Amino acid sequence: MKVELLDIHKYFGPVRANDGISLTIESGTIHGLLGENGAGKTTLMKVLSGFVTPDRGQVLLDGRPVTIHNPAQAIAAGVGMLHQDPLDFPPLTVLDDFLLGRQGGLFPNRTQARQELADLAGQFGFSLHPDTAVGSLTVGERQQLEILRLLCLGVQVLILDEPTTGISAAQKASLFAALRQLAAQGKAIIFVSHKLEEVQELCRQVTVLRRGRVAGQVTMPCPTDRLVELMFGQVLVSGERQEMPLGQPALELLDLAVADGRLQVSGVNLQVQAGEVIGLAGLEGSGQRLLLCACAGLRRPLAGRVRLAGVDMTGQPYARYLAAGVAYLPAGRLEEGLIPGLDLCEHVALAEREGGFFINWPAARQRTVACIQDFNIKGRPETRVEALSGGNQQRALLALLPPSLRLLLLEHPTRGLDVESTLWVWGKLLERRRQGTAIIFTSADLDEILEHSDRILVFSGGQVTRALRASETTAAQLGEYIGGVSDVSRSTFPVSS
Amino acid sequence: MRNRLYNLLMGLAPVILALVLTTLALVAVQASPGEAYVNMLRGAFGSAERVADVLVAWVPLLLCAAGLLITFTAGLWNIGIEGQIVFGAIFTTWAARTLHLPTPLFIPILLLMGAVGGGLWGLVAGTLKTYGRVHEIFAGLGLNFVAMAFTNYLILDPWKRPGIASTSGTELFPKAAWLPTFGGAFALGPVEVALAVVTTVLVYLALRGTRWGLELKAIGKNIRSAFLMGVPTERRMLSAFLLCGALAGLAGATQSIGVYHRLTPAISSGYGYLAILVVMLAGYRALWVAPVAFFFAAANKGSLQLPLQMQLDSALGGVLQGALVLFVVLTQGARGKVASRQEASRQGMGDEV
Repeated sequence: MKVELLDIHKYFGPVRANDGISLTIESGTIHGLLGENGAGKTTLMKVLSGFVTPDRGQVLLDGRPVTIHNPAQAIAAGVGMLHQDPLDFPPLTVLDDFLLGRQGGLFPNRTQARQELADLAGQFGFSLHPDTAVGSLTVGERQQLEILRLLCLGVQVLILDEPTTGISAAQKASLFAALRQLAAQGKAIIFVSHKLEEVQELCRQVTVLRRGRVAGQVTMPCPTDRLVELMFGQVLVSGERQEMPLGQPALELLDLAVADGRLQVSGVNLQVQAGEVIGLAGLEGSGQRLLLCACAGLRRPLAGRVRLAGVDMTGQPYARYLAAGVAYLPAGRLEEGLIPGLDLCEHVALAEREGGFFINWPAARQRTVACIQDFNIKGRPETRVEALSGGNQQRALLALLPPSLRLLLLEHPTRGLDVESTLWVWGKLLERRRQGTAIIFTSADLDEILEHSDRILVFSGGQVTRALRASETTAAQLGEYIGGVSDVSRSTFPVSS
Repeated sequence: MRNRLYNLLMGLAPVILALVLTTLALVAVQASPGEAYVNMLRGAFGSAERVADVLVAWVPLLLCAAGLLITFTAGLWNIGIEGQIVFGAIFTTWAARTLHLPTPLFIPILLLMGAVGGGLWGLVAGTLKTYGRVHEIFAGLGLNFVAMAFTNYLILDPWKRPGIASTSGTELFPKAAWLPTFGGAFALGPVEVALAVVTTVLVYLALRGTRWGLELKAIGKNIRSAFLMGVPTERRMLSAFLLCGALAGLAGATQSIGVYHRLTPAISSGYGYLAILVVMLAGYRALWVAPVAFFFAAANKGSLQLPLQMQLDSALGGVLQGALVLFVVLTQGARGKVASRQEASRQGMGDEV
């Protein structure tokens, strides 16, 4: 099936996620979609697969315009999406999960489904036992199951979102063989990834998105440099970097290893001086958040030690870290940072660490008014935080921080903010630097990382580079590390302590 | 202007709908709705004694509702409140049977024991939730069953009436352990009314004016953010269970020393579950809890006239109460859906690009 996306626009408030994207995917091909986070590729695929309705633009399948309002309509039209984290049901058996999504009939025909599963699996060389629980499968196997399920539902367009994170090399080979087979059958495959090598290996056509628009469309083979250039653009590293006088080591990470169910980051050695800014570069889900959580005491490390101002804090509860002068501002401003339903005054009262059993509301209100003025928040003390704009929510979060901090951990501090708010946030963070607060932040914007960090750690699928001096690297170099192209361990940069 | 009218209609709609549904039910059984409502009103307010009876039902309902305000503020569904009432009654009964004190000293001790019993039982549910990750609804229901069964065991064995064990309860408490009444035919006394009112006021003040209350509110709205801001979430949730249980235990105490003067299998009389409805109908607002509880108590007592006067089951009062809560919740849901649809068309989804 041929897929044409014509002039797709999708805005989330002021953010132009898709700003006029037109793209054609021929049937029987594997088409790669490249771009950093924030480039718009996930939104575009959500438009195609029915999770999101575009504000403008059309989708044509085999030349016919289609309207897709939800994923069920997308599947009916023949478009299926394999998510990075398969959307399946761990308690169900493989067979029951395979049956999901079919229309019609009161009783599922399990015997027929069993046969269909066996046939399809055999076609692609997958080995899936119908009676095991989905929860006990590996990620690669869950992907295989989902592909088979979608095929059985009759999809002609298969979108794969970062499919190779978390699967073994053998499973990857198996997946690629299956994709080639599907393409040969006339299906259209869209392969969304940040891994340049794989895109080069698998895809014939590649579209690169940047900042909501098509940066370029290339036919393989294409040199890596060209792809990186399209993805990250020509970047001028801003010359005016504040050289801060650095003080005592605020944070030391010794051979740190931390993991969650999917990813493991290990062998991190880092010493952060007071007043230093460390930028964590890399795509979402590559391990940056794990590291931040370990530094905040929210996640117990598997191995290694965390020291704050010389004191060993490994394994201590979060409350101790807070008392030791650590603050963590997560990316989800309303999900994890602020409390929807409470107003600014209540937040200020809540954040006040000292203070008696009874709340002095008039005093809290005065403090809130002062915060609003200092931090230029467009709101009143009675304004509920969910009514604030993203930029003002970020200002509120910064306003709620204790006056002096040893270590400030920020996830995407300027995500979704306009230029003015971004500049303002960094102005405030600079003030903190001068006070001696060490800052570690993640960002999807390499320009931001290069401009504000003293040193940079690059994450790629759980692998971490040594700390690179920002003044000695470029956006293109960082892009290569992120794409996993350059071998991180063979970095010729001097080892900084 | 349009907004005010809309809000008013939305506020009245559930009441009207509930009355309509109840009237339809009455018509379906060929009873006169007018007569039924008049009988209910007479049953609740017809005489001073009857009003006093309404207040007797009001007291435990108000105590439980005040406790539930605490747990609802923390985002918890303390279904186990029934069992907490029962355990309060059990502890009070033990004290009434074991200790021998003059009334002015006895009553406070008995009430305190009730609070302790209910509070401890509340802590069990709370511990299961915070450390065992058992949802408080399941823990609560399970613990309710345990409490009921334990009560039956106590009534039929260790505390049985001498001679024949009877499921109507233990033997009556000594007079010193009876709550004083206003005298005459009144079953109501000053102690329990004062207790209920003072407790409700204290809960209201605590939730609004203390750091603890604000932290509970934060936990109820977004426990993750509250945790990251430094709120000791587990300790606070346990304290909510403890306090709600204590208040429920007080209700159990007043039931056993004020109403039944013994331990009976149905000592909690469903007041816990009813209190949940009261708090929901009051919109989780402390100032509305007292009047709404009064309405429920009146509906309960008033509907007792129906089997006497009209051969209708008194459960009709429950139909009215239940329908009211149902329609309030439905209306709230409908308003929420309209509001979120307006919001979605303005903003779009999330910020994941």
